[in-house]
Parts: sequence; C-alpha cells; structure tokens
Amino acid sequence: MKFGVVVFPGSNCDHDAFYAIRNVLRKPVEFIWHQSENLANCDAIILPGGFSYGDYLRTGAIARFSPVMKSVEKFANSGGMVLGVCNGFQILCEAGLLPGAMMRNSGLRFICRHVHIRVEQTDTPFTNAAQKGQILKLPIAHSDGNYNCDGTTLADLEKNNQVVFRYTTPDGSDDSAGNPNGAVHNIAGICNRERNVAGLMPHPERAVESALGSSDGLVVFRSMVEALVGAAKATA
Amino acid sequence: MATASTEIRVTPEIAAEHGLSAEEYARVKQILGREPNITELGIFSVMWSEHCSYKSSKVHLKRLPTRGKLVVQGPGENAGVVDIGDGLVAAFKIESHNHPSYVEPFQGATTGVGGILRDIFTMGARPIAVLDSLRFGEIAASKYSSEEDAAKNRRMLDGVIRGIGSYGNCFGVPTIGGEVAFEPCYSQNPLVNALALGIAKKEEIFLAKAKGIGNPVIYVGAKTGRDGIHGASLLASAEFTEESKQKRPNVQVGDPFMEKLLLEACLEAMQTGAVVAIQDMGAAGLTCSTMEMASRGGTGIEIDLAKVPQRETGMTPYEIMLSESQERMLLVAEKGREHEVLAVFKKWGLDAVVVGQVTEGGIARINNNGKVAAEIPAHPLAEEGPVYQRPIAAPAPRNETAADWFAFAAEGTNLMQNFLKLLASPAIASKRWITEQYDTSVRTNTLAGPGASDAAVVRIKDPKTGVVKRALALSTDGNGRWCQLNPRVGAMHAVAEAARNVACSGAKPIAATNCLNFGSPEKPEVMWQFSESVDGLAEACTALGTPITGGNVSFYNETLGKSIYPTPVIGVLGVIEDASRVLKIAFRQEGDAILLLDGSNSSVGAQHAAPLLGTQREFSSSEYSKTIAGITAGQPPAIDLAAEKRLIDCLLALAAEGSVQSAHDISDGGLAATLAESCFASSAMGASAVADCAYLGAHVKLEEEGPAEAAAFNERGARAVVSVTPSKLAAVLDTARQYKVAAREVGQVTGGDAFRIQYKGHAVIDSSVEILRYVWAHSLERTLTTK
Repeated sequence: MKFGVVVFPGSNCDHDAFYAIRNVLRKPVEFIWHQSENLANCDAIILPGGFSYGDYLRTGAIARFSPVMKSVEKFANSGGMVLGVCNGFQILCEAGLLPGAMMRNSGLRFICRHVHIRVEQTDTPFTNAAQKGQILKLPIAHSDGNYNCDGTTLADLEKNNQVVFRYTTPDGSDDSAGNPNGAVHNIAGICNRERNVAGLMPHPERAVESALGSSDGLVVFRSMVEALVGAAKATA
Repeated sequence: MATASTEIRVTPEIAAEHGLSAEEYARVKQILGREPNITELGIFSVMWSEHCSYKSSKVHLKRLPTRGKLVVQGPGENAGVVDIGDGLVAAFKIESHNHPSYVEPFQGATTGVGGILRDIFTMGARPIAVLDSLRFGEIAASKYSSEEDAAKNRRMLDGVIRGIGSYGNCFGVPTIGGEVAFEPCYSQNPLVNALALGIAKKEEIFLAKAKGIGNPVIYVGAKTGRDGIHGASLLASAEFTEESKQKRPNVQVGDPFMEKLLLEACLEAMQTGAVVAIQDMGAAGLTCSTMEMASRGGTGIEIDLAKVPQRETGMTPYEIMLSESQERMLLVAEKGREHEVLAVFKKWGLDAVVVGQVTEGGIARINNNGKVAAEIPAHPLAEEGPVYQRPIAAPAPRNETAADWFAFAAEGTNLMQNFLKLLASPAIASKRWITEQYDTSVRTNTLAGPGASDAAVVRIKDPKTGVVKRALALSTDGNGRWCQLNPRVGAMHAVAEAARNVACSGAKPIAATNCLNFGSPEKPEVMWQFSESVDGLAEACTALGTPITGGNVSFYNETLGKSIYPTPVIGVLGVIEDASRVLKIAFRQEGDAILLLDGSNSSVGAQHAAPLLGTQREFSSSEYSKTIAGITAGQPPAIDLAAEKRLIDCLLALAAEGSVQSAHDISDGGLAATLAESCFASSAMGASAVADCAYLGAHVKLEEEGPAEAAAFNERGARAVVSVTPSKLAAVLDTARQYKVAAREVGQVTGGDAFRIQYKGHAVIDSSVEILRYVWAHSLERTLTTK
C-alpha cells in the first residue's frame, strides 16, 4: 500500500498531507512531481491544497493541463482512488473528474476557520470508516470554495448519493449559518458516480491530531487505508 | 528620475535630488577619486539612504544587547538566528513596510510579507510562521477622527489585511499572530510591521558573504522591471507630503506564487552543497545584494547587466541596478558546480543566469554590453557610509495637573456600561474578522493561533523525520501611546509584555527582534524619543535575557510635518521544551480557583496604597481612560523589570509542572478584560458543565484600597491570571512563593453564564458572559464592514 501526494508548483498542503500519512497514519507515502509521467505505482493519489500555478486564470485551471494529470485521469478512470483537497478539489473539477465548479466565497473574502461537516455517505472509500451522519470538525482555508453546478447535475449528484460531505452547524442542522462560503445545497465534498474520486474543500489533513484542534480528519485517511486493504484482499 | 540614462552628467543638484547632502556627495567623490556617473550616484544614494544605511540610528543601536549563548547570528545578516536545541535553529526578524502600505495598502503589505519571508529563507530556513504588528488611524468617527478619515482608515486596513492574507496564504505560511492598534496619529501613516520565523538545521545556515575568487554569481527568480525604483530611498527615507500618492509607481508589486517557487528552489539548491552564499534582492535590489555580498566577504564582484533577465526592453543600467522588482535572489555558487544549482531552478521553472563572478580586490564592477557602467569599491560603499550623531533634545515637560487626568467614578458606581464600551473598543475587541482572512493552520504546526494563547505557538517538526518535540512561541508588542508619554518606560513595557506573553504560553523567552518606527530623525525631539527608546529596550532586553538579534529602523513616519507616536515594536521568541505543554488563556473547569499572580510581590498592598494622584496619573495612559474619558495623558505604569523576571520564571515553573489550567497576562483593559477574555475563549474548550451554556463564567472579589476602576482596569505590568484546579492550589501557591511572586486567590471559575466582579462588597460588573462576548466578538466586524 502506497499513497502518492502530487506536487504542483504552488501546492502548499503537500507537506501536510505527507506528514499526516507518514507520521500519523504511519503508511508509506511519496511525493509525485507534476511533470512525472507516471504515478510511481501508488495505490491512492492525493491532490493537495495550495495555489497550483498561482491559481492564475482560475483555481485549478492550469494545473489540470500538467503532465501528471494525464496519468491521474487514466488512474481514476481505471478505478484508482483519488482524493482532492481544497485546490485539489478545484483541479478535479477543472479536469472533469468531478462535476461542477467553484465560485468565489459568497462573502468575497478568504476564510480560514474550523467548520463542521456531516458525513452523508459511507459507501465510499473515503468515508467507509465513518458513521453516516457523523459530524466532523475540520478547518477550511480558501477564497473559492463556493461549489456550484447546473440544476441537472445537482439533481444527479443528490439522486446518485454523490454528495459525501455537507456543511452543517455543530449540532448537525442544515441551517445556512453552518455554510461558510455559499456552496449550493451546503455541499462541502462530492464523489464521482463510480465513487473512486472525491473532492472536498475542508482540510482533513490539518485535523489529524487533537493538538491541532481536531483529529476528525483522520477518518478520511483511515477509510482510504481500509479500502486499500480490502482491495488487496480481494485481489489476493 | 526613472528615465535617467548614463548620459546624464551628475551635478550637485542631481546629487541633492537623490537625497545626498553636500557632505555625502563630497564623500562619494572622495571614495571614487572622481565624479560619479549617474548609475554610480544612484547606487550611492540607495546604499546611503536612511533605510539601507541606518545612518541616523547606527550610533544608538550599538547600545542594544545582541549577544547571548543561544545567539548563533546577531544583527547584520538577513535575519537573526538562535539555537533552539537538538541541532535546530530558528531564524526570525521583523521589518516595516509602512510607507509603501500608505501609498498602496494592498501591494505595500504583500511586499512587506514577501520581503521578510525572503530574509528568512535566504538563511536556509523554511518559514513556518508570520506575525503582523499593525497600526492604523481611528476606524470610527469620534472626537479624534472625522467620518471621512475613519472611512479612509477602514479602506487602508482592508487593503493591508487583504495584502497580508493574499501573500501568506498563497505562499503557504500560517499568519498566526501579532497585534492591531488604533490611534489618530497613524491616520496619515499606518504601520505595517511583519515578522517571519523559520527553522533550519544548525549546520545548514547560509550567509550572504561572497567567497572564492572566480566563483560564479547567479541571478535567480523574477525578471527585473522598472517597478519599485527608489522604493527604499524615496519612499522609506523621506516624510510624506500632499504629493505622496504620486509615488505609487515606486511601490513594488508582489507575486506570492513566484516566491513560493523561489523558496522551494532555493532550499533545494542549498541541499546540493554547491551554494556558497546567497542574498535576497529587497530594498535597493541588485545594488544592495551585489555590494553587500562583496563587502561582507571582503572580495570584489563583477556582473554584466546585459545578462540580467529583464521584463522590459531598453532599461538603463541605472534602472536595472535600482529596480526593486520582487522575488529575486543573488547567489554565489562553487565554480564548476554551477550546473547543479541551475538545474534546480530550471526544475522549478525559474530564471537562473550566471551574471558575473567573485573577483579579487574589493571592487564592484558593473558592466553593460562590454562597457563599464559603474565601478565602486564595495566595502567603503557598504560600510563607510555616513554616520550621524543627530542632535537630540528632550521636549519641554508637559506641566500636567490632576485636572488633565482621568477622574475616577464615585465609589459604588456600576461600571457595566463602561466595561461594554471597553470590550467594544477596537483595541480590545476580538480581531477574528481580521485573522480569519489569514490561513492560520497550513503546515499543521499551529498549537495556538490568534487569541488562543498570549503568544502564537507553533510546534517544530524535525525537517527530515517530522517528529515533534518542542514548540516555539512568539509575541509582538508595542504601545505607542505609552511611548509618546515616556519613550524609555514605554519601550521597556514593550519588551516586558512580549516576554510575559511568551511566558504565559509556557515558553522561555530567549531572544528578541525589533522594529523601531519613528518620525523624522532630523527633528531633535524625535531623536530624543529614539535614543530613550533604545535605552529602554537595552535595559529591558538585558534584564529579561532576550538579546536583540535583528530587526529594522523605520524613520520619517510623518505626514505634513506631524510625527507618529514613537512606536518600537518588539517580537520575543520563546521555546517550549515539551510541545504538549502549551498554556492557553481559556478557563477550563467550573470550580477552578482564579489566581492573580503579581511579580512585584512586596507590593500587593503597597502599590495600591500609592497616593491617589499617582494612581490617577498612571491610569490616564490606560486604554480605559482613552476609551471612556477620551484622555491620553500622565505616565505609563511604572515598570519593575525584576518583578517581570520573577513573574516570567514563576509562569515557566507552573507550565513545566502542568499545575495551572490557563494563563493570561494583564495588559490592555486590565484585570477585567483579562478575565472576560478567558471566559470567551472557554467555549472552544467545550468545558462547561451546564449543558445549555456555551461559556464558563467568573466570579471575582477585589478588596484593594483605591478606586474600583483602578482595581478592575489598571494596566500595571508583571501580572497574570492563572486558573487552578482546587487540588493543585497548594502546590501552585508554593511554587509562587519560591519565585517570590505574590499569588492571591481572587475568585472562581463558574459554570453558569455569569460574569461578576465585586469590589468591596458591591457588584461593579455583573453580566451574562454571552452579552459581553457578543459585544466583544462583533464590534470590529460591524465597524469595518460599514461603508
């Protein structure tokens, strides 16, 4: 089992994802340079947060054209596990691996604070270790996290249970007070229809030890480990 | 001036336009043995500008303590470096970007952050935290400020905040602390001081000393453009007039993405072992980096401007040498291994070009297309510039009487309304609206972000293994109001408060950095303020064991002849040996005892027995006096450095024992504000036993002699509030006794939502925590989002 963390020029949560997997989860992990043509035989790929290529033009818009993304697309289309966090989520949307797009936060400002999200689906490799309805306290740090998509896509996302995480108040209600950026349907994270690619705006890798204010993000990585273990057993 | 070409013949008038005095120009000719050409004149003018040469401050700065057994690198390099144990060092420094931020708030602030970050990674250290110390004019209309001014100040603040956020957030460094204060004097001259902290292996620190004759000099990073020409000499080294907005083109423009690439590429290039020296191009750009590297290394340097990557065509040598385009570095590589360095920069998609070499003999030679554009002996230029012993004159004494001072309310007066006003004042109100625009959690080291502890605390991951052992705490402080009333005592308070804040987080203060913001050095009264402040800093840093390892001086902070308050800002760095023992301000448990620790131990009674007039005089400099009565007068509280040291040592012992639940020093707003903030922070802990109440409360009884307002709101130093589990109370009192610190139980943490301060039996403040918190939490946002 090996995790790969992609490094784009301007990625700045790459070290954090790496640390969470190596030092907290204690699983093998390596960095994958954006110009790499292959994924170094990794079993799960993480597109980290940051400002890839300065986020010039549009968040994630340039990163999707970097050489490594060809391999990531191929990997995802053959069922490989890909998680995009924050800028990584934006890149997955730009690359068409996930539907929808990100707009500026409704308040038009960068926001960094802890938010609460509810686990809506547990039949994904990113949430299988969580309880349905479980509330996670995770930090956000973004200017462009206002998820949106057209009505048909939104209906499809809901119908196919692709909304994996939704912003909520600490006690689990759908009140808009819990939504920090104006995202449609309080969407904090989604997966693709095949459920092997997911993106979310909050940072699970920043919430892996109680000393950091929350360890709720661990469940995302633990789920991925369990899914990989399960997959390995199935092929054995 | 920006279009000057080499053909322009230098005259004394042109020299004067460049800010060189007649004597300085004579000295230029003496060093060169001839008339300078225009490029050389430009080089001399920036190198000898106040900003780069410290010509007015040098003689005073010598009085600061700069040595200590943990100091690896003191002032004079890009940043100070201190030993933090286990083979690791911390590089840190604070710097001002005041003038650019006034002219163009967003870009001024971004490039301030960018500049200080480069200073840190130039040393080979990876930046892990940024703090900002900001001062603005009043943001709400009042007797000090018209609505028009207030609106302008709000816009300025908004630009600065966005600028700081946009740079740090993209670069990927958490902005985790600092302070924001408001006084009318900063209306035409905001202060934007940015501090950065980085970590490196001790043996991997890099210096900016050119070495090895024949070694190639490599230019890396962004291309050179016409932006920021004379940023340092024109913007930072002269006061403002009505025309200053025309200097907007002199402000540099920042690109945090480029800086992020530069960071990664530089750190990677340093790992090759082929880098000999490195210097960032900040103020005075290519001029400063070439001249200082050669001067420090005792070598010469030769570069060819035709090889410098340029963003625009037709730039003159003058413009290339003086450009302050951001995100550029100059480095010296080992001859024959330059390809290793160049390969790293190519990997990161950055320009990297060999532009020259280190030479023998001490001459800096700047060639352009085969012609010599400038030829200057580097050492005399960099080190033998003008040094001034500027005239100093103390201002006439302010013959104040009791009528000028704060008049205390009659005994038994309810102070609730005043307390609400105080909590809503921008100085004390929550800064959350500002700090939420900064990424505070990137790099996953933040153990105490804004407001959680008295100092910002980041843990240290070993750069290779990621293993955590220690944490570092940082606090910046500086009270301009107090320094205006008494610069020496005010400066001492700045050090004491920063050190006390660091100790309240559980960290041992080990070193300091300073940013000295003053008016025009050509005014004897300003030089008096400066000299007094330096003496105060020197005395306090010596007494508290925090040598100054670097920083900067910002003079000419005045507009239309009016100076700002003298504002020395101090950043103190501390080490927490065990990263799991960080102290925060939040109350944690109902029933815990609230203890008031006072380092001036003999004085728990004595201080309060001071004559009423003395109390009045001191109290008139408080935040309460300013907010409630509109009075800023008298004197800052008397300072007792020995008491501060006792309190710090006691706090460290308590933190190491793990015997206190929380610690919060007493500063702006006095004891009452301290207690309230500890209640407000308790919600995050989720510790209340009462299910439907989010916050812990406090019930405190005060019995001092003197007025209730003085007891609740005075800002005397050397004091902190700790909360203690009843079972550990005896042990805490015992430790306090050992350190000769008075510890008095003044009340309890309560489970309900009540906040009560009783004074001699009367409840002078009695409120729900929720109401107090609401006012405190939303005041700044409400003010700042007013259009």
